[in-house]
Amino acid sequence: MPSPSTPSKMFQKSLVTPVAAMAVLAGLGYVIDVTANQYVQLIFLYICVNTILALSLNLVNGFTGQFSIGHAGFMAVGAYVSAWLSMHAHPMLLSGQLEFLNYILYAAAGGTFAALAGWFVGLPSLRLRGDYLAIVTLGFGEIIRVILLNTEAVGGARGMFGIPSPGDFMTKFLLATFWVMITFLTLWRLVHSVHGRAFLSVREDEIAAQAMGIDTTKVKVRAFVISSFFAGVAGSIFAHAAQYLNPSTFTFTKSVDAIIMVVLGGLGSLTGSVFAAIIVTILPEFVLRPLQEYTGVDLRMVIYSLALILFMIARPAGIFGTRELPDLFKRKAQ
Amino acid sequence: MTKYKDAPEILNAKNVCMQFGGLRAVDNFNICLKQGELVGLIGPNGAGKTTAFNVLTGVYKPTSGDVFLAGEDTKPMKPFEISHLGMSRTFQNIRLFRDLSVIDNILIAAKQHAVHSMLDSALRLPRHYTEELRLRDKAMELLKIFHLEGKALDSSGSLPYGEQRKLEIVRALATDPKVLLLDEPAAGMNHKETEGLMETIAKIRRDFKLTVLLIEHDMKLVMGICERILVLDHGVTISQGSPDHIRKDPKVIAAYLGADFAAEHGGAP
Repeated sequence: MPSPSTPSKMFQKSLVTPVAAMAVLAGLGYVIDVTANQYVQLIFLYICVNTILALSLNLVNGFTGQFSIGHAGFMAVGAYVSAWLSMHAHPMLLSGQLEFLNYILYAAAGGTFAALAGWFVGLPSLRLRGDYLAIVTLGFGEIIRVILLNTEAVGGARGMFGIPSPGDFMTKFLLATFWVMITFLTLWRLVHSVHGRAFLSVREDEIAAQAMGIDTTKVKVRAFVISSFFAGVAGSIFAHAAQYLNPSTFTFTKSVDAIIMVVLGGLGSLTGSVFAAIIVTILPEFVLRPLQEYTGVDLRMVIYSLALILFMIARPAGIFGTRELPDLFKRKAQ
Repeated sequence: MTKYKDAPEILNAKNVCMQFGGLRAVDNFNICLKQGELVGLIGPNGAGKTTAFNVLTGVYKPTSGDVFLAGEDTKPMKPFEISHLGMSRTFQNIRLFRDLSVIDNILIAAKQHAVHSMLDSALRLPRHYTEELRLRDKAMELLKIFHLEGKALDSSGSLPYGEQRKLEIVRALATDPKVLLLDEPAAGMNHKETEGLMETIAKIRRDFKLTVLLIEHDMKLVMGICERILVLDHGVTISQGSPDHIRKDPKVIAAYLGADFAAEHGGAP
């Protein structure tokens, strides 16, 4: 933390990076908009979805040291709520030129419902540890999926068709990157504060954390609720990018995908999660699919799994371990 | 002991029993700490000393009996609430947050005194910076007492054993306790380190106006700084009193100190 200026100066300074990053991302969006085809553009939106998903899960699995394997359930809640609102309550606030801003509200609403679900699941189950918590979250994820499957109002097994989109690719990409930014900043800032250290203390040693005055149950529930909120947001972006939802999108496999990204990037590394989300989204589409077309054999999943296994043998702590990208550029003390 | 006759009592355990299945680890344990006292808890391995600590700090709920901290019944409280009420501790088997830096360990303990909310931190509002800097300065002050300020950014698990023990005390102090429980603070320290530790304990007790209860096997330390000593054996309090009294008590010599110690220190045979 830089020491020279006053707290209010530091606050003003803290606004610079997000604004600059948003400008860079807008530039990137423009380049993709002009050069890439629709399919590639969709992949870039999925990168945003997966990044948010991986970042949010990292808060629970990486920083707080709990093991949740039902993240797809929270994503589904956010996706369906957001899609439903955009179909039945549109436009919620603004119309005309600024109509696309409604989608920020839908995402926030989806996130809020997901957070409520997270609170509802977390409150009783976060007293459990390790494997038991994993089973509860797994069960929850499946319950959500089965409920959606049997609810006619959201299309049941057929899914939801014709979900409106906020606009052209540029609009979608800006909304998606806006949420990536919010997610990353919120989590980064929480983790790098006294509140975030409370998450870490639970991961490190619950008994010691309690003895030092940390309400460990409350800390775990908070992590779970915040994580669920952003998973819901990821769901919302997914819903409006794909414009079609089906319960089978949110199976256990989707939760596992999120876990893979978190572990691959490094449990407890936010920048690692971003990298891993990009790699895991791009690899099957931009590397393995052309390979399949070239060789004529569909070995995508085989190669993908093999790559994961080899990587985890070589680097069990993930790409960054618990470190962040800026740490790699700092010279190590001593 | 007479020195504390009129001091208010800060920690009071009455008839505490802790039963694990068929084993009565702590049997009818009574202790009353007056404000400012430094009391030792000794006894052979397995006597129930650490179990007594765990009951006092709320890790275990006593099978029967009551514990009062600053006049409040701590029985329905969770350990973190007891910590907020003003009791802190160290652990026999060091329980630092090993992967975190030295200063982060302290800041976690200091969190209960932070007034900024998660929203302040998420938006990096000025109050976030004010508070984080205040806590950080306070943490550095504490580290200086133990000459650890140069290692603030090192990972706590990488410190030498003796310094890890010291860091546990610093971390406990960061919660701003009224009562400090030290579980074998000198374990694994050499002669010189132990002497330094004795001085430090006396100093922090003075500067922070602490009441200290400590478990220790190093009799030099216990007899040197404690004003009153309790002796546990098989969960039962077999003796208590001044160091001189304990040294000569035949029951303590038989159960714990041994005839050699008594002979060396001029106690009864």
